[in-house]
Amino acid sequence: MEVNNMEMEAKTQESSQSPSGLIILWREIVRDKLALVSLIFLVLITTFVYGIALFLDQSEIIKVDLFAIHEPPSKEFWLGTDYGGRDVFGQLIIGTRNSLSIGILVTLMTGVIAIVFGLVAGYFGGAVDNILMRILDFFMVLPFLMIVIVFVSIVPKYSILSFSLIMTAFLWMGKARLFRAKALQESELDYVQAARTLGTPSIKIMFTHVFPNIYSIIIVAMTLALANNIGLESGLSFLGFGFPESTPSLGTLMSYARNPQTLEYRWWIWLPAAILILLIMLSIRNVGEALKRATDARQRRG
Amino acid sequence: MWKFTVRRMLIMIPQLILLSLLIFIMAQMMPGDALTGLIDPSVDPETIEQQREKLGLNEPWHVQYADWVSGAVQGDFGQSFRFKMPVTDLMMERMINTFWLSLVTLIITYIISIPLGITSGRYNDTWADQAITSYTYIGFATPLFIFALVMLWIFGFYFGWFPTGGSVKPGLEPGTFEYILSRFNHLLLPAISMSLIATVSTVQYLRNDIIDTKQKDFIITARSKGAPESRVYNRHILRNSLLPIAAFFGYELTGLIGGTVFVETIFSYPGMGQLFIESITLRDYSVVTATTLLFGVAAVLGTLISDIILSIVDPRIRIK
Repeated sequence: MEVNNMEMEAKTQESSQSPSGLIILWREIVRDKLALVSLIFLVLITTFVYGIALFLDQSEIIKVDLFAIHEPPSKEFWLGTDYGGRDVFGQLIIGTRNSLSIGILVTLMTGVIAIVFGLVAGYFGGAVDNILMRILDFFMVLPFLMIVIVFVSIVPKYSILSFSLIMTAFLWMGKARLFRAKALQESELDYVQAARTLGTPSIKIMFTHVFPNIYSIIIVAMTLALANNIGLESGLSFLGFGFPESTPSLGTLMSYARNPQTLEYRWWIWLPAAILILLIMLSIRNVGEALKRATDARQRRG
Repeated sequence: MWKFTVRRMLIMIPQLILLSLLIFIMAQMMPGDALTGLIDPSVDPETIEQQREKLGLNEPWHVQYADWVSGAVQGDFGQSFRFKMPVTDLMMERMINTFWLSLVTLIITYIISIPLGITSGRYNDTWADQAITSYTYIGFATPLFIFALVMLWIFGFYFGWFPTGGSVKPGLEPGTFEYILSRFNHLLLPAISMSLIATVSTVQYLRNDIIDTKQKDFIITARSKGAPESRVYNRHILRNSLLPIAAFFGYELTGLIGGTVFVETIFSYPGMGQLFIESITLRDYSVVTATTLLFGVAAVLGTLISDIILSIVDPRIRIK
């Protein structure tokens, strides 16, 4: 990071002070047109679904209306209705909000675990690192999808919270490994040694010295993980092991397509959700890739 | 090399033990036990109690665990509640179906990804490379189940080119040429769907590796000695870049496990993944436990194979 900043400074000659990590990230996004468009799209769709959802009544939308089963799109139902006569467009809005919420929640929770794990393993190294890495290796080889599905179906009093906790328990490893590698590199540098020599408590070195120097990588990894988590949630809901039907998500809308009749003849139920998942995941990735370039001075554009 | 292989295999043992423990705990948490699959509810409680004693269900957990593991090693996973038959017999046919699906998927994956990766790396920053890079970019962000659904919708239902479910057309005699053709026809669309997503990481790896190798000193040496371009690529660059691809075979296998669950469900292809989803929906837990264990062991073995091949291909890994 130190070196990157110096390069930036020499190149731009703009200021006497080197730009902070956040400013570098922001500059890279603005320079990349695709990432900027994606970011605007994400901000718009997020404010839209969270804003509209304030005025929409979820119980109204998921109420079964037997007189309007499988209606094709019309003026009254913009995207038609599903097998319970429920408005697909309303479900799409609420569903996007729910999918985004759980994606963000899982990403934050896995992020916290991964940061603590990575910092502890990377900073202490040696035996601590060895033991922690063996634990991580074990979690890595588990067949994620099947274990999560089994837990989802055997947990008593299943709820959205337990769903996100189960996902978190088996999703933190990739990030933890990355953060540990970065923290390990950082901990070998002189400033950490100096802080140690001065008798600074380990916990303070980890969170106020090492952490600020790896946080741009953390932001990148979490952005890319957010896209994956939204995809995983919709995949699990699609199989019927995520959100229940009473809480619509993009995945539950997709799960109607498991009925061949719906898949073949009633595209309005599942296709909008599919397109929306793709657009959201692609946009988040676009932003994430731009951020990734920003953390590597050699790849920055301009 | 042997040292690494032995050490790597030793690491696998605690992994397998932990895996079996985790699955055993999950099995204990599931409602019902091995007996619920065997008896009908009208039998009086005393007989049930005797049966429980006989099957060892009243023993402490570690004895039960040992029984379960030794049974599993010998291929005895108990009785299926739904089919009233041994789980092992039930899984045999499904396992063969999944094996063929995975094999065809792997073959298609390599057929597509290696030429694409080589083209993309050799002619980088041309229009062909840009097209391939866009494909991998979109492929990375596309969840498999959405892609498979769209493929089924377009090619299965709209055009009707492929069958939309099952593993073989009913009424055909096993062993005949038509039977084999029908089976192949049934697994082609799921396999193509899975491979088109699975190729993405191989293509990207190959592209980056070739671009990296292109600038290395030994390639410049080869060129300056007057080696023709085809020789530079086939003998010097590809030999370097293709070997790790071969080593990723095991990781590919691990990745397929999650894929088959989605793809088999979507195409109603009677394999292990579909069996798993069906059994868990119908609460046939002895089957769930057995399939999860098998998939877990497959994942552990896949990683092991890749690690060992990788250590043969790339000696630097052995030093760690």
